[in-house]
Parts: sequence; C-alpha cells; structure tokens
Amino acid sequence: MKKQWLSVPYGIWALVFSIAPILIIAVYSFCSRSAYGNIIYEFTAENYGKFLEPIYINVLWRSVLLATQSTLACFILGYPMAMIIAKSTIKKRNIMVMLFVLPLWTNFLLRTYAWMVLLRDQGVINQFLIYIGIIDEPLKLLYSHNAVLLGMVYNFLPFMVLPIYSVLSKLDNSLVEAAEDLGAPPWQVFLKVIFPLSLPGVISGAIMVFMPAVSTFVISDLLGGGQTVLLGNLIQNQFLVARNWQFGSAISMIMIIMILITMGITSKYQGEGGGRQLW
Amino acid sequence: MKKIISILMIGLLILSLAACGKGETNEQGYYNKLNVYNWGDYIDPQVLEDFEEEYGIKVNYENYANNEEMLAKIQAGGTEYDVIFPSEYMVEAMIKQGLLLALDMNNLPNMKNIGEQFKNLPYDPDNKYSVPYFWGTMGIIYNTKKVEGQVDSWNILWDEKYKGDILMLDSSRDTIGIALKRLGYSLNTRSLEELERAKVELMNQKPLVKAYEVDAYKDMMIAGEAAMALTWSGDAMLLVEENPDLAYVIPKEGTNLWFDAMAIPTTSQHKREAELFIDYMLRPEVAAKCAEYVMYATPNEAAKALLSEDVIEDELAYPKGDIMEKGEVFIDLGEFTTEYDRVWTEIKAK
Repeated sequence: MKKQWLSVPYGIWALVFSIAPILIIAVYSFCSRSAYGNIIYEFTAENYGKFLEPIYINVLWRSVLLATQSTLACFILGYPMAMIIAKSTIKKRNIMVMLFVLPLWTNFLLRTYAWMVLLRDQGVINQFLIYIGIIDEPLKLLYSHNAVLLGMVYNFLPFMVLPIYSVLSKLDNSLVEAAEDLGAPPWQVFLKVIFPLSLPGVISGAIMVFMPAVSTFVISDLLGGGQTVLLGNLIQNQFLVARNWQFGSAISMIMIIMILITMGITSKYQGEGGGRQLW
Repeated sequence: MKKIISILMIGLLILSLAACGKGETNEQGYYNKLNVYNWGDYIDPQVLEDFEEEYGIKVNYENYANNEEMLAKIQAGGTEYDVIFPSEYMVEAMIKQGLLLALDMNNLPNMKNIGEQFKNLPYDPDNKYSVPYFWGTMGIIYNTKKVEGQVDSWNILWDEKYKGDILMLDSSRDTIGIALKRLGYSLNTRSLEELERAKVELMNQKPLVKAYEVDAYKDMMIAGEAAMALTWSGDAMLLVEENPDLAYVIPKEGTNLWFDAMAIPTTSQHKREAELFIDYMLRPEVAAKCAEYVMYATPNEAAKALLSEDVIEDELAYPKGDIMEKGEVFIDLGEFTTEYDRVWTEIKAK
C-alpha cells in the first residue's frame, strides 16, 4: 500500500507533463485549420497526407541520414573512449568521467555558439591555420553540412560514451579471462565476448544520440546557416512562422511513432542477445 | 493527515493569490497597474519611470522576441496585457481574429502628431485599432571595401562575383518578398505563378548564399566576414555605427516598409489606462526620447522636429520623398501563408 502512495506524484507528473501533451498533439494533428491558423475541431487526415509530399519526405530522409551519420560517428569515437575509461583505475576513471560530464554543465546553446566562434572565417581555427602558414585564405568551415555534423557529435558524444562505459565497467572480467585461457586472440575476445556483452550499452547510447539528433533545430540553424532543413526546423516553422500547428503536430506524431518503432526494434534485438545485425 | 495537507494546500493557494496583488484605484482616479508587453530594448526606460510618476500607475513591463510569441500568449489567455507593440501584418491578423480592442480617438488627442502618410495604412485602414510607433525599410547593407561600384539594385544579391559572401534573412516573407520585388511583382502576391518564379530565383541564388540568418549576420558584417546582407533599416543604423565601412541602400526596384504599432489586446481589463499610456507615448518629447534611444525612425512628426539635424537628414533612417512610392507594406496573406511556407521549405531543403 505504502509503495503505491509513493508513486502517486510520479503518476500525476507523467499524466500532466507527458501523456496529456502527447494527447493534445495527437488531437491537433487531426484537426482542420482556419485561414488564420486557428484549430478547428473537425476531423481531417490532410495534415498527414501533406507530409507525404516529396519535399517533406526529402526533409525526413535528410534528417534520418544526418542523425544516423552522427550516431555512427559518436559510436566510432565513443566506444574506444568508453573502453579506455572502463579499463583505468578507479581514480583516473572518475576524473575522466568528470571531464566528459563537465561541458554538460554549460548551457547547450552557449556551447554551440562557441563553435561558431571557433569555425568562423575570422575565427580561432582559421586564424591559427593562417598564422602558421598552412592556408592563405580562410577555409569555409562554418555553415556547412560538416559543421552541423560536428556540432551534433560534439553535443551528443557523452550520451554515447556514458552508457557504454557503465556496461563495460560492470563486465564480468572472469568471462574475458576464460576466453583468454581458452586461447582466443585479443580481437576474438573483443568480438565474441566484450562487444556482445556491451551491446545493451551501445543500443541505449545509440538511441540517446539518435533521438536528439533527429529532432534538433538549433544546431542546423546555427552551424548550418539555415541551409539545411531538418525535421526539427520544419516543426518549429509550422508552430512559429506558418501558423500551422496542425501540420506541426502531425510531423511531431510521425516522429514519435518513428522513435517508438526504432526503440521496439532495438529492444527486440537486445532481448535476443545477438544483435550484431543491428549495424 | 489528508485533511491537514488539503487545508495547507488551500492556505497556500489563497496566499499565492493574495501575493499577486489586486491593483486598486489611485488618487487620480486611475487603476494603479498597467501591463505593457513590448519587444526587447524597444523603449527608453526613463519614459516608463516618468509615466509611473506622473500618473501613479505602476507599469509591469515584459518583453517578447517576435510577433508570433506575443500572439501565442495573447491567444492562450490567462494574461492581462494592456498595451502591445505588434508589427503591421500582426496587427492585421489580430484584427481579423478579433484580438484587438477598438481605440477611442477622443482619448488619443496626441494622434495628431502622427504624420499623415503614416495614418490609415492598409493593415488598419482607419487606425481603429492601432497607432504607429516606429517604421522603417528593408535594404542591403554592404561593405564598401568588398563591393565595387554603386549598389542600387537587388540584382547584386544574385551576382556570381560575391559567391559565398552574401547573407540572407532566415525569414520567409522578407526573403521571398525581395525576390518578388526584383521580378517586379508585389511582395503581397497571391499568385502561385509569381511565387513559383520567385522560388526559382531564390533556388538559383542559394549556391551564392553564405547563410540564412537573422542574428549572427550582424556580427559577421561588423567583422567584415561577408560582403553584403539583407537587413532592416533599424539594424542597419546600428551596424553602420559599429563599422564605418558599411553602407545601407534601399534598392530602386522598391522594398518593404515595416511598421511596429501600439495596440490594446482583448486581454486588457483597463482600456482607459491603456489609452492613457498610448497617448502619453504619442507626446512629442516622449516619442523623441524613444526615437533617440532605439534609433529607429519615428512616424511622430512633432517628435521628429525635436531630433537633431543629423538624424533627420540621414536618408538611411528617413528616406526623402514619398515613402509609399519606395515601399510596400506587408499584408497578412491568411490561407496563402502556407504556400509561402511550402516554397520557403523547398528553397531551404534544396
């Protein structure tokens, strides 16, 4: 009984701040629109139909592509890092984890603006390269696809490293020793023992990077110079500029469903315990 | 236990309600609180203090960053804003949605200070709902060290020579608007054909564009990192002050004229005090103070007479001649807004 009592505040919280808003979005997404963008409570599937136009499918495709790229990049950079941290002594480990978490204490927007300062034509990187004579003209670093990718990897890397690290650090070392005793070379120990056992961490890391990456609009606006439209930008535009909350809600719903499907698939693989086919 | 908690909760609620503080009528017979909702940094704070002192009305001053944010708050209700400062297209949209209260001109004797050419504009034909506060143009700000020759046309934004050196505004109406103007169309067009032609022009221009932006472009122009940018006259004045190499021009094909106005939303419970405030803002010396502080062009002729010669002679701020010939005011497009949004997404997603 007591336990149930304790869960009441969380239940209310979830109801008010998670479930109710999602329901409101779901309802809006099926509503019609007046000339001034007011919500008219008349059923229509038009908002979803609109999303199937090639231009919006194109935006979806690009967002997924970019988010996948940044997830992969985070994985390639993050996995070795997580291994290094997991294999260090406790003292070093804490310092390294701390160093990873520390930048998160600074506001996300501020960190992205800082990259603008670094990447600008007269920014720190270009000035330095010109100073040491590698280049004569500033490189076009800011406002490019790669700048957006960099911003995503930089901002989301800790979300990949930390879950993998936490799984690796709890890894039962006797399994690794057993594999070694049975004569497996290091690469085989890694591929057949360590990596499969760390998959839950990899999967939760991948989800935690993919989700914010597919929905961001700040990074593409600031570092991409508004030259790329991602799903996040599209939704933001529908709510703030186009006065089309209905369409914006429909896109949000589509995104929620997409993420649910991804999570469903990944948890299935996770359950089967295999999962190398994931990549 | 349950009872005690609920009693405590009720007590808290009552306390928090009381803390909000109901205003009351003051000695001069005015309600002693006024909620003003304005753009950030868009008024001389001294003016507010003087108003409070003169009428014994406390001004609650809040800021917004764009029209849509303000609209959302008014639409959501639960607020009691008395005076707002929407831009012209937003005035029109709010009138059509019935979100503004009609003004009583008898309470606004200082309306006479507003220049005739700024009255009865298409967004509010009889000035029934709004009073202009500041106005300006849209144009090109360019770096005289990077751009050769005379700039007088929108065509320069399509010049291959400046590839990667051109900054455009990340604002669909504005950027599509100048493409339409360049083609000789109205920037309020509702013709799909004209809109599609503007789209093709902007798609062709995209490889030359460094970024679509509304904020950081100012830094870049000051630092000399780009040759030119599409900008509003208000920002242009600040930029020229920061970097004397910069110059602002209103292209000959014509441009957009913008207005920010004062209006009373339906959320207001104290229209009389709101009108008192608007009339106060229309006083020559008050309007002049704000114009000096914000550095935008005032439509208040009596206030303009109080400004220094340099400011009035600056064609950047106060272009000579009939301004209505140079520019067109945005009209709210209603249903057609979604077409502009679609075209804008197509351009940016190319």
